[in-house]
Amino acid sequence: MLRFLTILTVILLTSLPARAEEIVAGLSQNRVSITATFVGSEILIFGAVKRDSPPPLDLPLEVVVVVEGPSAPITVRKKDKRFGIWVNTDAMELAAAPSFYAVASSASLDQSISTLEDFRHLISVERSIQISDNPFNIDDPREFTDALIRIREKSGLYKRLEKTVKLTEDTLFETRVALPANLTEGDYRTRILLTRGGDVTSEYETVINVQKVGLERWIFNLAHEKPLIYGLLSLVIAIAAGWGASAAFRMILRT
Amino acid sequence: MQIYLPIAEVSVNAFLLLGLGGIVGILSGMFGVGGGFLMTPLLFFIGIPPAVAVATEANQIVASSFSGVLAHLKRKTVDLRMGGVLLVGGLIGAALGVQLFNALKAIGQVDLLVKLSYVLFLGIIGSLMFVESLRALMKSRGGNSVPKRRKHTWVHNLPFKMKFRTSGLYISVIPPILVGVLVGILAAIMGVGGGFIMVPAMIYLLGMPTKVVVGTSLFQIIFVTAFTTLLHATTNFTVDMGLAVLLLIGGVIGAQIGARIGVRLKAEQLRVLLALMVLVVCGKLGLDLLIQPAELFEIGAAGGH
Repeated sequence: MLRFLTILTVILLTSLPARAEEIVAGLSQNRVSITATFVGSEILIFGAVKRDSPPPLDLPLEVVVVVEGPSAPITVRKKDKRFGIWVNTDAMELAAAPSFYAVASSASLDQSISTLEDFRHLISVERSIQISDNPFNIDDPREFTDALIRIREKSGLYKRLEKTVKLTEDTLFETRVALPANLTEGDYRTRILLTRGGDVTSEYETVINVQKVGLERWIFNLAHEKPLIYGLLSLVIAIAAGWGASAAFRMILRT
Repeated sequence: MQIYLPIAEVSVNAFLLLGLGGIVGILSGMFGVGGGFLMTPLLFFIGIPPAVAVATEANQIVASSFSGVLAHLKRKTVDLRMGGVLLVGGLIGAALGVQLFNALKAIGQVDLLVKLSYVLFLGIIGSLMFVESLRALMKSRGGNSVPKRRKHTWVHNLPFKMKFRTSGLYISVIPPILVGVLVGILAAIMGVGGGFIMVPAMIYLLGMPTKVVVGTSLFQIIFVTAFTTLLHATTNFTVDMGLAVLLLIGGVIGAQIGARIGVRLKAEQLRVLLALMVLVVCGKLGLDLLIQPAELFEIGAAGGH
C-alpha cells in the first residue's frame, strides 16, 4: 500500500509539470520513392522540446523514436528432422507483424521507458506483433515470435537503436533511421515520445510514405492487375532481348 | 550497380546477375544444355525467393531457346509431329505441375519439393551420364566402338500408333505423351526446360534419330516453358521481367562464347565434365537438406488460401 502511494505521488508530481513539455518535430523526408536503383534511404528525424515553464530537474528527459512499416499477416515455419532430412514441420500464423520496425532511444530502451508505458504505447517490437489465432497447437509460441524478430533483425528490418537519439541540452534532439532496400510499400507510422523517468509525457506522430515509382510502379501494377498481358509481355521482351543480344554479339564478332 | 527488382522485391547487383547469366551461358553453350538446372539453384543461393526464381527461369528459357529453334527449323531438324505430341503431354504436365506447386506453397513445402526434385533428378542423370561417358571415354581410347541398335522394345507394342516421318518411326503416341507430361511437370516445379530428361528419353526410349532430337526437344521446351511462364504469371505473380532480361543478356553472350570453347574440346571429355558438374550441384543441394540449418525457422506469407 505504501509502495502504491509512493508510485502515485511520483506519477502526480511528474505528470503535472510534464504537460508543459511538447514536441516540435520534423523529418528530412516524408516520402520515400522506390526506383530501379533504390538502395535504401536514411531518414533524419529531428525536433525540439517546447516548454512554457522551466523543466523539472529531478527526472531525466529521454526521447524514443519509433518507425513502423505496414503490418501484414505472416506464417513462421519451423524445420525439424524427418526421415533424415530437414523439412518444415510446425507453422504458426501471426495475425499481424510489421514489415519494418525501428526503435531509437536516447538512453537504453529500459531506461527510456518503463515496462508499463511500453505496454500502453506499444513501443518495443514484441508489443507490435499480434498473435490473434489461438496458438494451442504450438507448444511454445514465444519460440516462433522470437525467431521472427531474430530473422528480421538479421536482415535489417527490425532494429533496436539504443542511445542513438542525440539529445542536446534537454531541448534539441535528432536521430537517423536507415531504411533498407527491401522495403514494403505503404505508410510508415513514425512516433516520437518524450519520457521523464520512464513515463511518457508527450507524443508526436507523423507518416512517411513509401512508394514504388516510375517503371517499378508500372511493372508491379501490370503484373498484379493484368497478369496475362504482363506474362505475354515478359515473353515478348525476353525473346526480343535474347535475339537482340545474340545479333549484337555476332555483329561485334564480325567487325 | 544495385538494381531493385520490382517483383522479387529485393535489391541485387546488376553485374552479378549479368555475370551469373554469362557463366551459366558459357556452360550451356559448351555442353549444349539449357542451363536452367544450374541457374535456378544459383538464384536461390543469391537470395531470390524460390517461387520467383522458378517462374522467371521458365521465362528466360523461352527466350534463350528461341534462336536455337529457328536455326533447327531452318535446317529441317525438327520433327514437328513428334514435337506436337510431346507438346500435348507437356502442356498437361505443366498445368499439373503449377497446381502441385501452388498447393505445396500454401502449406509451406514448396522449397522442399523443389530441392528434393533437384537432388533426385540431378543425382540420377548425373550418375548415369558419368558412368556412360566414362565408358565412352575408355572405348574411344581402346579404339573399336561398335554401335548397338535395339530395334524392338516394349514401346513398339503399345496401341494408338502414329507415323512420324521425319524421325522414321511408327510407334504408339503413349510413350511420347508420358515423356511430355513428365517434362512439363519438371518445367513447372523446377524451372528447367527438361532437355536433360527429354533428350535421353527420345534417344533410348523412343528410338529417335540423334539428328532430330535436339531440335524437337527445343521445339517442345519453348512452348511448354512459355505456357509455364503464363501460368506462374497469372496465378502466383512471380515472373520478374527485369531479372529475366538481365540474366538473358548475360546468358546469350555467354552461350556464344561457350559454343566456341565447346568445339575445341572432345565430346567425351565434355560429357564427363557436365556429369561432374551436375553431381556437384546435386551434392550441394543434398547436403543442405541433410545438415542441420543454422536457422531452423523461416518466414513466409500467410498461407492457407
